[in-house]
Amino acid sequence: MKWPAFAYERASTLQDVWRLRAEHGEGARLVAGGQTLLATLAFRLSEPSVLVDITRIEALRGVTVQGSTLRIGALTRHAELGRDPLVARHAPLLAEAVPYIAHPAIRNRGTIGGSLAYADPAAELPACVVALDATLVLASPAGERRVAAREFFTGLLETALKPDELIAAVEVPAATPASRSAIVEVARRSGDYAMAGLAASLSLGADGRVSAPRLVYFGVGNGPVLAAGASAALEGKALDAGAIAAAQAALARDIDPPSDLHGPPEMKRHLARVLTARALSRFLPAAEAAS
Amino acid sequence: MNDMPTPASIGLSREDLPNSYIGRSVPRPNVPKLVQGRATYTDDVAVPRLVHAAFLRSPHAHARIVAIDTAAAAKVPGVVRVFTGADLAKVCDPWVATLEHLKGMKSAPQYPLPLERATWQGEPVVAVVADSRAAAEDGVAALAVEWEPLAAQLDMETALDPGAVVIHPALGDNLVFTRTAEKGDVAAAFASAHKVVEATFVTGRHTGVTLEARSILADYNRAEGTLTVHHSTQAPHMMQGVFAKQLRMEEGAVRVICKDVGGSFGIKVHVYPDEVAVAAMARIMGRPVKFVADRFESFVSDIHARDHRIKGRIAVDAEGKILGFDIDDRTGIGPYSVYPRTSAIEGNQVVNLCGGPYDFANYRCTTTVVFQNKTPTCQYRAVGHPIATAVTEGLVDLAAEALGMDPIEIRRRNLIRDDAYPYTSPPGMRFEGLSHHAALAKLLEMVPVERIRADQAEQRRRGVHRGLGFASFIELTNPSPFMYGIGGARISAQDGATVRMDPDGSVVVLSGVTEQGQGTDGILRQIVAHGVGVPVERVKVITGDTQTTPYGGGTWACRGAGIGGEAALQSAIALKQQILQVAGTMLQAAPGSLDIVMGEVVERETGRARMPLGELGRIVYFRGDTLPKDLARELVQTRHFITKEYPFAFTNGIQASWVEVDVETGIVKLLEHWCVEDCGRVINPLLVDEQVRGGIVQGLGGALYEHCVYDEQGNLLTTTMADYLVPMSAEMPEMHVGHVETPTNESLLGAKGAGEAGTAGAPAALMNAINDALRPLGARVTEQPFTPARILAALGRI
Repeated sequence: MKWPAFAYERASTLQDVWRLRAEHGEGARLVAGGQTLLATLAFRLSEPSVLVDITRIEALRGVTVQGSTLRIGALTRHAELGRDPLVARHAPLLAEAVPYIAHPAIRNRGTIGGSLAYADPAAELPACVVALDATLVLASPAGERRVAAREFFTGLLETALKPDELIAAVEVPAATPASRSAIVEVARRSGDYAMAGLAASLSLGADGRVSAPRLVYFGVGNGPVLAAGASAALEGKALDAGAIAAAQAALARDIDPPSDLHGPPEMKRHLARVLTARALSRFLPAAEAAS
Repeated sequence: MNDMPTPASIGLSREDLPNSYIGRSVPRPNVPKLVQGRATYTDDVAVPRLVHAAFLRSPHAHARIVAIDTAAAAKVPGVVRVFTGADLAKVCDPWVATLEHLKGMKSAPQYPLPLERATWQGEPVVAVVADSRAAAEDGVAALAVEWEPLAAQLDMETALDPGAVVIHPALGDNLVFTRTAEKGDVAAAFASAHKVVEATFVTGRHTGVTLEARSILADYNRAEGTLTVHHSTQAPHMMQGVFAKQLRMEEGAVRVICKDVGGSFGIKVHVYPDEVAVAAMARIMGRPVKFVADRFESFVSDIHARDHRIKGRIAVDAEGKILGFDIDDRTGIGPYSVYPRTSAIEGNQVVNLCGGPYDFANYRCTTTVVFQNKTPTCQYRAVGHPIATAVTEGLVDLAAEALGMDPIEIRRRNLIRDDAYPYTSPPGMRFEGLSHHAALAKLLEMVPVERIRADQAEQRRRGVHRGLGFASFIELTNPSPFMYGIGGARISAQDGATVRMDPDGSVVVLSGVTEQGQGTDGILRQIVAHGVGVPVERVKVITGDTQTTPYGGGTWACRGAGIGGEAALQSAIALKQQILQVAGTMLQAAPGSLDIVMGEVVERETGRARMPLGELGRIVYFRGDTLPKDLARELVQTRHFITKEYPFAFTNGIQASWVEVDVETGIVKLLEHWCVEDCGRVINPLLVDEQVRGGIVQGLGGALYEHCVYDEQGNLLTTTMADYLVPMSAEMPEMHVGHVETPTNESLLGAKGAGEAGTAGAPAALMNAINDALRPLGARVTEQPFTPARILAALGRI
């Protein structure tokens, strides 16, 4: 299908965005990487009157470290995320996630801001930012506000973004020597949306005990699912087979997956349990010693 | 000079290398054009006054069309005209897709756009023609259709039940066709068997997914009374006849041109209502109309295939000798049989092909073909073969398991002996010459079975589950009129080629077979270069134009090389003889003492150069006054070829698949795949290997990923490339291809088809490999595609 007719405006600054939004109201849609929006336009699922191209706005670009915080501009493309040394050092989970995101052509265009704003429940980056306890910086004509990632995703393809806001950046607490993270998923083919996935982050103390575990599942609900029960089952425990089994058992109450084209809810529950063991096993003393 | 050429006399054996173009991996002439983006697909054809069509498609699986309000659509900027079914019926007759030799077959009249009811979700119902495709889509969005949704018949299993929704009340029920083939005494064989095993197999409904979507540009010229159709099709002459008949025109007034076609796989050999609608609209408007299906439309309107449920039993004696097969096949084909090949052929093929590689006496197979409210199904690459092979090879493996016999050994004991030909199979298929045992031996040279079995045992100890599976197969190629012609379809089993020499000594071949990316042009060029005796670079190939090429059937059912190639070879040889007659006169030598080698007339015995073809051409075309008055000097020859002795040239082969099943996630990892096939004379080894590899990939795709999934209301859920999973390179295994060559004696060339072998056997080999991996865990899968959910369910994990 062909796109419906719409106008195109390029914004050079955030002020341009606020002005164009004021002019066009709800008919204005932001476009950055366009990897989701342009497809939905071709499907005629939405008919905006104007696309506002934000890719030239300098304020939304760049990856920097400020103190113990890694700030990732919303326009950072997936491919950039995957090769940025600061990301690799301070938020290795994000770098590890990149190869799972679709295919190279899509990674070359898609942006982290776009992925978070779209909030696809099977996407990797929303789960990663929740697992990393990141903060989203939202900009509007009134200024900036910060929202914890876990508060940002509010429902199926729904977020805490207000109509006059956009995502300016993501702030991630920089990893410490105690930090451990992993992303695992099961997809039919490489690059497909996950049937089920897990972005996990935790700290391992010198005593081998787990603190601040955050197991975030994707592809199993309306958005990234922070598994409170499974995470709690690990808190303060020495990581061993028993702790992993306890997390798997607790998971039953954490997720309530829908069925989809790939299978019934029970399949997703099963895969989530399998992924829990696969992700956490990486941090077992024997596995860490071997790597 | 007048001796009949033989394969040996024209150098078709491998021993004649390197002076032969047959058997050499010569690069294809059209590849630079295709990879540089300089091809001319239908969508690239530019004509003045062009308008674009878009269709409103039924949102319901089954609904009565109460009213169509076109007023708002007609006012949309850019919209030129809106057509309903009634508008098109004024100039276009409906068609009924039945074949007389399929006894009792029935179907309903199908119009380009339906008059009263839509019978599948995605059926084109209203057409909007506009200045651009985007404007036409705007027009479609402004159409108002009032629907009365009707109960839909979706499940093929209940289609013949008393409470079923009868989709075409005039036909009385939903039965399209049924046939039972029976040979021997099945009941007695099963009663006396040492072991009887049975299983139910399901092959998933899937489709072809061509890179270039279906495309058509039809232009009716009122001044000439002619219809010119640029069409992405495999069968231009057939479509010429179809457009002429449905639009009440003379065949000669219709010209079908297909320049470049971006993939077909059988998808583009059928009559689609939206495409006929485009021709009808062009006829009415007197101007060119174009339609290119988008991917959404392709999924709901390209033919689907392979929607079968098959219950099968096999009986074996204590030594593993197969006593009989007893098979019941059911398939749902959508609401219409597809014109003109019909949608009963796939089920009929299952009846013809089950048990095909094996020597056994007792056979019963029934197919039952029913209507349902889903996208119509029809012939897709390797029609019926992957289904029959999966059932046969699945049952053979089950029998081996029941006997505690090695899967290779049970095949060795039952494959038809290589010296048993000619051989007639229980369902009546006649085999001229196959090579099952030679193929098996070759496969075992390639597959390191001992190493694999040792690895399998070692991996199992570590909790890793790998499996090795085999599948022998037969493939039907080079079809004669017994496939369609005897049923009344105007589908040519004959094909022609015209080969001419131009003044500069270059050669042009015009062929009735067609090129869709598989390399037909390449092999025709090699054959003609070989037959005439010129460098391959000096041969130009022209296909895909009903006005300039000899009449023929096009490329489908693996006939391009075997039929079209033989016609090209015969006409090339005839041209060579004609050239040598002229050369003999010029050089005052007996034509039989001369030969043509690499574009040069030479002395046959010594190879001494006598005259370049360019010089001969110069004299013939520009100084004909210097030649004897009675010398025949037409440097052009046409030959047609049709098989006469056998209804089909069967080929055979065997595949092996080596996989790892992640028993926790149900994901199948394809480790390695092997195929040995026998397509007779190999013209271009690289092309044949690539055909086999591509075919394997398509077979693996259907077995692992591809699935047209419907919801309970009959809506297709898999309408994007994110939902309909095609096989991608990252998941494909390393593939090894080997050959046995048993040329057919029906032709000088000896070529049989090679395009479907990979697809025919790959799903069965994969299924047997997965089940080999799962066997220690007591699990088995027989329902394609073999998804993680199905494998996990078989394992009892979910």
